[in-house]
Formats: sequence, structure tokens, C-alpha cells
Amino acid sequence: MRARRTFAKWLVVLGVLHGIVVCAGFFAPYDPVEQDRKSPYLPPMRLHLTDVHGHLHGRPFVYSLRLPEGSFDQYEEDTTEAHAVKFFQSGARYQLLGFLPCRRHLFGAENARIYLLGTDAYGRDQFSRLLFGGQVSLFAGLLGAGLTLLIGLLIGAVAGYYGGWRDSVLMRVAELFLALPWLYLLLALRAFLPLAVSPLAAFFLIIAVIGAVGWARPARLVRGVVLSAKERDFVRAARGFGASNAYLLRRHILPETSSVLLTQAAILIPQYALAEMTLSFLGLGVPEPVASWGNLLSSLQQYSVLVSYWWVYLPALIMVPFFLGYLGLASSLQEREEAYKIHRSSLGSLT
Amino acid sequence: MKRTRANTHCCWILSSLLLSLFALLGHQAAASPQQKSTKEELLVLPGEAGRLGGRLVVSLRGEPKTLNPLIAVDARSRDVIGVMQADLVHINRATQLTEPALAKSWKISADGLAYTLVLRQGLKFSDGQALDADDVLFTFRVYLDESVHAPQRDLLMVGGKPIAVRKLDAHTVHFQLPKTYGVGERLFDGLAILPRHLLEKPYQDGKLGQIGSLATAGDQWAGLGPFRLKEYIAGQRLVLERNPYYWKSDAQGNRLPYLDELVFLFVPNADAQVLKFQSGETDMISQLGAENFSVLSKQQRGYTMVDAGPGLEYNFLFFNLNDLGDKTSPETGRKQKWFREVKFRQAVSAAVDREAIVRLVYQGRGAALWGLVAPGNRRWGNEKLAHPARSLERARELLKEANFSWSNGPNGESILLDSNGNPVEFSVLTSSSNADRAKMAALLQDDLKQLGMRVQVVPLEFRSLLDRVTQSKEYDACVMGIASFDADPNPDINVWLSSGGTHLWNPSQAHPATPWEAEIDRLIEEQMSARTFEQRKKLYDRAQEVLAENQPMIFLASPNILAGAKNSIGNFHPAVLEPYVLWNVEQLYLKNGTENATR
Repeated sequence: MRARRTFAKWLVVLGVLHGIVVCAGFFAPYDPVEQDRKSPYLPPMRLHLTDVHGHLHGRPFVYSLRLPEGSFDQYEEDTTEAHAVKFFQSGARYQLLGFLPCRRHLFGAENARIYLLGTDAYGRDQFSRLLFGGQVSLFAGLLGAGLTLLIGLLIGAVAGYYGGWRDSVLMRVAELFLALPWLYLLLALRAFLPLAVSPLAAFFLIIAVIGAVGWARPARLVRGVVLSAKERDFVRAARGFGASNAYLLRRHILPETSSVLLTQAAILIPQYALAEMTLSFLGLGVPEPVASWGNLLSSLQQYSVLVSYWWVYLPALIMVPFFLGYLGLASSLQEREEAYKIHRSSLGSLT
Repeated sequence: MKRTRANTHCCWILSSLLLSLFALLGHQAAASPQQKSTKEELLVLPGEAGRLGGRLVVSLRGEPKTLNPLIAVDARSRDVIGVMQADLVHINRATQLTEPALAKSWKISADGLAYTLVLRQGLKFSDGQALDADDVLFTFRVYLDESVHAPQRDLLMVGGKPIAVRKLDAHTVHFQLPKTYGVGERLFDGLAILPRHLLEKPYQDGKLGQIGSLATAGDQWAGLGPFRLKEYIAGQRLVLERNPYYWKSDAQGNRLPYLDELVFLFVPNADAQVLKFQSGETDMISQLGAENFSVLSKQQRGYTMVDAGPGLEYNFLFFNLNDLGDKTSPETGRKQKWFREVKFRQAVSAAVDREAIVRLVYQGRGAALWGLVAPGNRRWGNEKLAHPARSLERARELLKEANFSWSNGPNGESILLDSNGNPVEFSVLTSSSNADRAKMAALLQDDLKQLGMRVQVVPLEFRSLLDRVTQSKEYDACVMGIASFDADPNPDINVWLSSGGTHLWNPSQAHPATPWEAEIDRLIEEQMSARTFEQRKKLYDRAQEVLAENQPMIFLASPNILAGAKNSIGNFHPAVLEPYVLWNVEQLYLKNGTENATR
């Protein structure tokens, strides 16, 4: 019962976070690639309730930041005018859920720009980039993990169910893939492609590579489950009644693998999102100016950025709840599985 | 057992004998320069007198390839060679004018074709061997020998013919030019005079290209520069020591250089250089990016940062204008049709926000650029060259005149179409190791997006980028930078001439591909043989105008020269010409009572 409650809790957390990322256009106040060249490396703005004269305002507001003459990155608050945070502001065009043209944003301000997480070297809003970047990184994780599990399921099922030479060949191949250095594989693949790859093509390339390389581990797990499942009494009974291989696999054996697959998914999604970030961080992922979490962090490779602009680290911090959510989900899934096993074995001892 | 003992004993006597012999020799060697100073014609440098002794540590981004000036092409090798070798006539990096060096004086004949140089008396190489006119003769014979493939050869060919060198007496050399050469005595700057006694044999054996590695023994290598080879530790450092025979002294009669040792540390990249400097492991730093400069300026601890002002580096965008003939793919052909349209290039130039580049890339420590001559060049810039402000309207007008049109994309963004209705899309190469240029490309990408052009930035490792641009010629456009090493137009000649190897948009042409390239060729060649500065300037100004009209290179910006040194370093005066901080290395010294860098 407790396991179920923590499971639901993590599911809600992840659902909300994913919902925000999916509707990034609405939650983000600005276009993620728009450059505000007057505000490079602007620190996160403070939300105020009381102004410099001590008056309390009805709604939160910001003071815009400006550069004093001759300075490059030492901003000062311009306290002459308070810009109230307005909700459901009209702003940059975007497509909600990828197809609904829309201009409405959750928040914004009139005659000023609000930078909740500061800006990067080109004056692009880090908050908007973080949300839009999540679309790339999380979907790379989701789709990559989906692809891996699909391949793993197919190969694992074939190896486990049919056994014999198929099993040995597939498992040897799996071992080979476990030993493969995927980063170099990707580098080699990039060398064969044309020089300029569009962001979309680069995105699918990454998914294809990380998805196709990681199947070995889930395949071995699935094979183990299938091996034990095919010897179960009810499977034997069904076979005795003349069920075909396809039927047995579909109705009796593969459903047994579902809990393993779910746990694997919860582990693989953050792992693959991290793989995408690593690639983008190294400049092999989605090309600039498209935002992805790896691209957001890649400027930290420069020493000067590392020591001067602390808010560039923020995207790394905000990834924590995502990964925590997935790990929590995985562990509660595992718990559930254990509980289920105990439940079943106690049932077994009853008969 | 007994035998070994006897052996050791024997060795002991022998080595002590040898030791005393060495001590004697060493004593003589150390004493000799002072003894003969009456006969030696030292060059006396004005300026602040320093203190003798100490060691200076600087860092290099990677190891130099060689110490041999005949094969050195990389910047790091040139940095090291610069402090180990000397030239006949030298360009003062601060004044940008020529000064006597190994030659104490020179005469130019009335027709401008003959140069007579008189060498200083009593000079010696760093191994103690005397310098005379034969060394100079040998040096130029080697430089001009086609089989040696020296990079200096191109500079010594005037109008396709080599300069003839003749010895008049032991200290006078006569140079006969086939044609008048506008650069005059600047020609001799940077041409290291080589030690004949060491190089004659390898030259005759055809092995000149194989000698002078960093691992060469100290006594096998010599030069006329302020420092000589002491120790090389692969992957870590190169240690140079004071050349006791150096031919310069300060106003008080002290023989230069002041420093006992100069150490080059090898580090992997610019950030590592900054860290080493910050931690006090190195004493000076140069070629700093603006961002690192401001980091160092903010937390100044015992060092001074100097912005020496605009340098000679020019950064630019260029398009692939090569004629690939049959190898042209349909896609490249379609793109080259845009690139060849001068209005297209002018439109791109009009859309570039140079002011933003200076602010965002160089943090204001740089200058916007509209021509090849960077603002650090005091004499050769064309002041009349127009500096049009950024104007998207002007760019759109130009594109309209060249039959481009616009359509609306799905997100309401405009898409530029050519006369056949194809969307204008191309990629821009940048060097992945140069953060500044990558930033420029990202700004350009956004500028051109506003014209409806879809630009992709492709960061490439510099070597493969260069390969694509100069060899395979498979690219659309590229952002690059060149730093001239002299204020005179002469070093940039290969950029200007259509036959030049760094005429990047269409290198090494047999015949000029366009009338305006032919005109530039003519102007530059005339300028080379013009006699007076005014004549040359006039021709060079016109060449700059032709280049600006046709925009084969779209100039972006030029960074300031940024450097820093510990407060304990005396005579630290960074110049805007290479080598930025080591140009007066013989005068650098460690101030009293200060500790220099430890290992």
C-alpha cells in the first residue's frame, strides 16, 4: 500500500514536470532563440513586493537591469519604474503541443523583460531555454528508451523463448554491444553524415544511436524472465492445449516481462536524457541555437564563464527533480515487483 | 672485482681532469665577451635600466614543432625562434618603424635596386663563433634554395626573380634587387641569420629540414638572439638561458638580456594559460580573450593587466567562390550563384551587426571592421573607406535588386527565396577551438535570420576546416581570422593576390577570375614596386576600396591586444604586433626584492 502511494507521488511529480516542458511555449515568457543583445550575461532578476520607497505593491514586480557606462556585465537595478508581473500576457508566437498556434504566455511584463534565471552570452532568456531545452533532452530520453526497450524485448524474447543457437548468437552480440564505446560510435557516425545537419535530423540521429546501442542489458533481463516463464505450469498447459508460439508469447510470456520493462524504462529515460546532454555539451548533439539542456551547460566549458556567472549553473540544478523523480519511480516499481513476488510465492505455498 | 675498482679509479682521474678543463673553458667563455667589448660594436638600447638575473616563465599553447627557422610555420615555433635568433634590420614593435639590428647601417642606391648593409664588428653567435658576411651569404643562399623549401623564399622573390647577394668585405653585404621593392629595408625583418659553421654540412647533405628539433643538444644549436637553448623536457617545458654574447646593451653599459633564464611552459589551451598565470606559475600572459582578461582584471593579485589597444588581427566571413568546374554538385552550383552575386554579399555585409560583435564577443575591447587593414595599423588604413551602419532595410533593398524575394514560413517567419524560388540556406564553418569566432558565427546566424536566410553554424577542428577551405573546397561559407605580423601590406600579399595561397575565397588562381580581382592584383603589384610611401599608400588605398566594393571578405571585427604581467616584471610594454609581450624580452627584468615564479 505504501509502495503504491510513493509510486503515485512520483508519477504526479513527473507528470507535472513533463506537462510544463511539453507546454514550454506557454510557460516560457520568450522565444528561446531570441537574442536581447543589450543584456548579455544578465543575472536573474529579483521579484519584489515592496519598492525602494517602502510601498507595498499588490502584485510582484521587477526592476529592469541596465549596464552602467563602460561596464560589460555589472548590471544595476533601475529603480525609477516598477514593472509588475502580468499573467496571460501576449508575446512571441509559438505552437502549443506542436500544432496549436498561440501567443499567450503564462507571465510577462509590459515595456520590460523578465529574466527569472538570467541570460546567456547572447542575452537569451535562460528560463525559456531551460523549458524548451527540456523538450529536446527529455524526449531524447523517452524516445531513446522506448527504442531500446523495443529492441531489447524482441531480441530477449527470441533468445529466451527459442533458445539454442539463436540464444547463443544473440547473447554474444549483446555482449559485444555492452562493450561498445558508444561515444566513439557516434563520432564515427557523425563523420559519415553531411557537414551541416539540421537540428531535427541531429535529434533523430542521437535517438537512433543511443537507442540502438543500449539494448543489450534489457535484452538479457527479458531473456531471463522469458526463460523462467516458458517453463511455468500455465504456459505448459497452454502449449499442451495446442497454443501457437506467437500466442504463447503474446498472451502468457511477454506480459510477465512488463514489470522488468517498466523498471528498466524508469532507469533508462534519465540515463538517456543524460547521454543527450553529454553529447550536446560536447557539441555533438543538437546544434545551436536550438536549446537543449546540454547546450545550456556547454558554455561552462569556458573558464571565464565558470567563475563569473553563477546562474549558468542553474539549469544543472533544475534537472535534479527530474532525475530524482525517475529514480523514485524506478525504486517504487522495484518495491512493487518484490511485493508481487512475495505475494505470489505465498500463494504458491498455499496450493 | 679488482679490475672494476681499477677502472673506477681511472675514470675518476679522467673525469676530474675533464672537469678542470671544462671549468677553465667555462671561465674563458664567460670572460671573453667582456674582454673584447672594446672591439665589439654593441647596440645600446635606451630606456629603463634593469637588474641582472632571475628567470621568467611564460606559457605556450602546446609544444613548438621546431627550433629551425627554415621549417617553422606554426606560431609557437616562431615565438621561440624569435627569442633565439636575430635579423639584419628589425622592425620595432612599438614604433612600427625599422631599426638597425645586426646591420649597424644600410644604404639604398638612388634607383632603389641596391642595398648595402654594414654588419656590426665583433659579433658572435651564442656558441661563441664569430659572425661575418659569409654567414649572411650562406643564410640567403639557403633561404633562396628551392630544394630547401624555406617559407622565407616567397618574401625574397621580387617580381618572380630572386634577390642577388654579394659580399663586399668581411662586414659588408650587397643586395641587388631585380625590381624596386616598396617594402624597402623592412624586407630583412624576421629573417634569422643562420650559423654557417653549424648548418653548412647538413645543407650539403640535404638534411637541413631534419635538424633543429627541440631535443637538439644545447651545443649543437646557435643563434644571435638574446637566449640560447638549455633544456627541453618533452610535454612540459623548454628552458632557454641567457646568451652571453648577445649584441645589445643598456644605456649603462650592461650587456643584455637581463634575465638568466626564459622558460616556456607547454599548456593545452587558453584557459590553462589563464589558470597558470593566476596561480603565479607564469609571469606573463598574452593573446588573451576579452572574457579571460576581465576575469583576471577583476581579481588582480600582484599583477597588472594591460589593454594595448587594437591589434592587427582581422576577422571576416567569406563565401566559397571557387570555380570547381565539373566537380560542382548541383547544390553547390545553386548556392554559388547567390555567393557570386555581389549584391548578395553586400546585403550580408549590411545586415551584420558589427557593433554587437564588438560588445558581445570582445566585451567592448575591440573595433568594428570594414576593411582588411585593422585599426592597430597606424599608417596603412584607408580613412576614406565608408563605415556604413547596420541597416536591414538596405540589405533587403539590395536583395530585391538581385531578384530575391520572401515568403512566409509556418511560424510566420520570413524565408528568403532566390529567383528560382529556392530557399536561401547555407552553412558557415568556424574553428571549434576558437570560442570568439564561434560566438561571431552565432551572432551572424541571428543577423541573417532576420533577412530570411537559414544559416547553420558548423564548428570544425581547425585543421580539417583549413583542409576544406584550401584543399577540398567543400564548404559554403566560413568565419576566419588572420593576424598580420607587420603593419606593412607586404605580409598580407597572399591574401590580396589572386594567385596567393591565402586568397581564401578562391585561392591559387592561374588567372584572376574576375575583373576586380585583376584590378587588385595590378594595384598590389604596382604598390610593391612603388618607391615612395605616398605612392604605395595611394595604390593600397584604392585596393582597399575595390575590396570593400566587392565584399569577397565581409570584415567583422578586430580584437584589442590584451596582456598581463606580474608587478615584479620591469619594462613590460605589450605591443600590438607579434610577439606581443616578448618583443623586448632582452629588456625585461625582475624588480628588486621580488620573488619570481617557482616551478
